[in-house]
Amino acid sequence: MTNILNEIGIENYIFLSVILFCIGVFGVLYRRNAIIVFMSIEIMLNAVNLLFVAFSTYHQDAQGQVFVFFSMAVAAAEVAVGLAILVSIFRNLGSIDINNLKNLKG
Amino acid sequence: MNTLIAIIGLGILCLLFEIFDARKAIIPIVVIGLLAILGLDISEYNNPNTYYNNMLIVGKFSSGFSGLFIILTIFLVSLSHKFYENHQTKISDFIAIKIFLLAGAVAMVSFGNLAMFFLGIEVLSIALYVLASSNRLSIKSNEAGLKYFLMGSFASGIILFGICLIYGAMGSFDVTEISELSRSAELPIWFPIGIVLVFIGMLFKIAAVPFHFWAPDVYEGSPALTTALMSTLAKVVAVATLYKLVKTMNADISPAFQLIIVIVSIASMTVGNIMALRQVNVKRMLAFSGISHAGFMLMTLLSISKSSGTLLYYTSAYALAGIAAFSVILYVCKTKENEDITNFHGLGKNNPLMAAILTASLLSMAGIPVFGGFFAKLFLFNQAIQAEFIALVIIAVINSIISVGYYFKLILAMYTKEPNETKIPTPTVYYAVAVIAIVLNIALGLFPSFVLDLL
Repeated sequence: MTNILNEIGIENYIFLSVILFCIGVFGVLYRRNAIIVFMSIEIMLNAVNLLFVAFSTYHQDAQGQVFVFFSMAVAAAEVAVGLAILVSIFRNLGSIDINNLKNLKG
Repeated sequence: MNTLIAIIGLGILCLLFEIFDARKAIIPIVVIGLLAILGLDISEYNNPNTYYNNMLIVGKFSSGFSGLFIILTIFLVSLSHKFYENHQTKISDFIAIKIFLLAGAVAMVSFGNLAMFFLGIEVLSIALYVLASSNRLSIKSNEAGLKYFLMGSFASGIILFGICLIYGAMGSFDVTEISELSRSAELPIWFPIGIVLVFIGMLFKIAAVPFHFWAPDVYEGSPALTTALMSTLAKVVAVATLYKLVKTMNADISPAFQLIIVIVSIASMTVGNIMALRQVNVKRMLAFSGISHAGFMLMTLLSISKSSGTLLYYTSAYALAGIAAFSVILYVCKTKENEDITNFHGLGKNNPLMAAILTASLLSMAGIPVFGGFFAKLFLFNQAIQAEFIALVIIAVINSIISVGYYFKLILAMYTKEPNETKIPTPTVYYAVAVIAIVLNIALGLFPSFVLDLL
């Protein structure tokens, strides 16, 4: 495992994670469908998980991998709450387009 | 440590009451339980200790702030009974979520490891997403919940990425280890980037400019009790955590970082106050006022080695005034559809005591003497002057004067306008919470050294 990391180099892992993270960020900023926004947030979190595992191998230290479990559990809880909110919005509005949510302004 | 376990135990107990069909007993028992936990917290104040390989560091800072959070939760739980009158079947869920939120808050201020910090922040945020959208038939509450969820999880993602880069640079999640390593060796570029990302994420959570745009919408749309929770407890928790994070991770702040704090602080105060001037919805106005107070609280980061007492004092004064103000708002807007300022017309004639309490709490937020808010600002400015940030203090004083403008708009509406309806009876619990909160606030103003010397 360390040999592969040495061959590829930790920098490339960082670049990959940053690119994935940015894809997630732009998804959150530009997509208007709430489900796709949720998926973009998941991409952001998973990009970080990937980097955690890479760093964990790089440092020969298990803490990073354990942290990934925590962040996965948190992401699952977060999405559960998010989908529940989405269901109640769909019941009220009949659509999950973020552009329809314009009641609060000032 | 014992505080945290006891809080989680109380939360689980609260869910068990639902099973045993003892909903009426929930609020009294939870309030008594929280008072007992407050005693436990005070007993931990003098026994600094670390637990589970430095996962949790219990000391003066953490137990001081935990005490404040527990007191605020006691107030918010006591207000719950009347507020959720029409949802009595769900009362145990609402209370349990609030208690788990408190557990997240306590974990956030006593973290010794970035894993604990992240878990605490997520427990707090997820509980808040649920509470913000808890009025599920109201489209406004749904919208507030979704907006808060999107912004909050976006910020969590940024914080997580920052933690990851810090871990990559240091090979450890332990904050004391990180702060030792950050002083000695040649650092990879990832470390400062990680610190900046975590800082940005925390600015999202405390709603400081330029990351404040979610706050007014979320505060306006959420149920009023949740708004009270967000503007008092959640804001105080986030500020205290940011303070602890900056203090433990990079104790000697570079001048460039100080400049950023000064700019963010000035921008938060100014934008918050100027936007608040033109609001007609009281919750929205208090949201902007909260943004400007976040700017004031950030000033403590400039003299970080000795300002923890001032931060505790400022946050207590602000949060107690907020609780008093919101218990009056809950009373006035109970039967109304919105929280517009017109609902407050003639409150001075209809209900002089409630009007007096709201006036007192707004004066405390504006910083008028006798109340805690004045002395909080006094000590804060004093410390900033000692750290030689004269220009910042001048701008802060000007901002305090601007803030009097919108607070007086509400006070004038209460006393000079004619009431547009007849008197509605006040539940005693609202009276009790409002009076106790404002009395505590005045007591803070009269005996400032009690809190200032705690930390």
